[in-house]
Amino acid sequence: MSYIVFFIAALGTLAGAIGVITLKDPFYSVLALVVHLISLAVLFLLLHAEFVAAAQVVVYAGAVMVLYVFVVSYIGGESLTGSGGPGRAGTFGAFACGGALVIELFIAVLGSGLKAIGRGGAHVAPGFGNPEQIGTLFLTRFLAPFEIASFLLLLAAVGAVTLARRRGGLEDGVEDPPTISAVDFLRPRPYYTGTQHETLGHAETLSATQAVERQERAT
Amino acid sequence: MTIAWYLAVSALIFAIGAGGVLVRRNPLVVLLCLELMLNAANLALIGFSKMWGNADGQIFALIVMVVAACEVTVGLGLIVAMHRHRLPIDVDAMRELQG
Repeated sequence: MSYIVFFIAALGTLAGAIGVITLKDPFYSVLALVVHLISLAVLFLLLHAEFVAAAQVVVYAGAVMVLYVFVVSYIGGESLTGSGGPGRAGTFGAFACGGALVIELFIAVLGSGLKAIGRGGAHVAPGFGNPEQIGTLFLTRFLAPFEIASFLLLLAAVGAVTLARRRGGLEDGVEDPPTISAVDFLRPRPYYTGTQHETLGHAETLSATQAVERQERAT
Repeated sequence: MTIAWYLAVSALIFAIGAGGVLVRRNPLVVLLCLELMLNAANLALIGFSKMWGNADGQIFALIVMVVAACEVTVGLGLIVAMHRHRLPIDVDAMRELQG
């Protein structure tokens, strides 16, 4: 039974991967990647990695692919087809490189003489790879990588907003919105700042010395 | 099912992804091919995790997924910025850094 599931899932992953690199329209490439990711989640399940399989489907096939689809539809189809391929020689060279890489990896992995890869792997306990075990590992042995990963996600989110925001980003000659710095709190403020007088619209922005002068003149 | 089969599938996916990075010129598809390569690495990591009966490899795979999500976010931000500046969405046309 597991053989049949394995071969179906492996065919799905390979077909999805080939679809990603051969389909012309990027939208279909993204859909092929979704097929690939879901088949890969089945392979993860066969390897007793339940939590990783669930995260794969939810995070990758769900969230990340939605991001891709949004960007593809935002950019639009016609600007994405590109100006021709790399040419016949380029394609041939790329496939030669890929084939050489496959052969090299097969020699490196399968010819390594590791006896354990010829077996089904260690006998695992029933709770292997479930959320409880992964969570315990993340909060005990791998606490530092966990925190660093969350910080990395924060940095990536800030970077993406900075790159893609409507104004600024990489653009020149656009005025930045007014910002406030810590020094502004130390500067002398106009006299009426923060009073009801300012709220009612009588804010003639007087400096403090001017206001004192005016008061003196009045008395 | 022996671990060797999973490693063979992983090697094939990695090679397909690497070939795609070389062939395609659309940066969106290049990002997709990078995802393929990262997923191949994930499959190998989880296969080895099963081989040893040790869940550390699965933690490694999850961290790889986090890094892939970050890479996608920044890469898609770059592509959107390219589109805003009316630059061609083509990796061969982006050669300002080339001496």
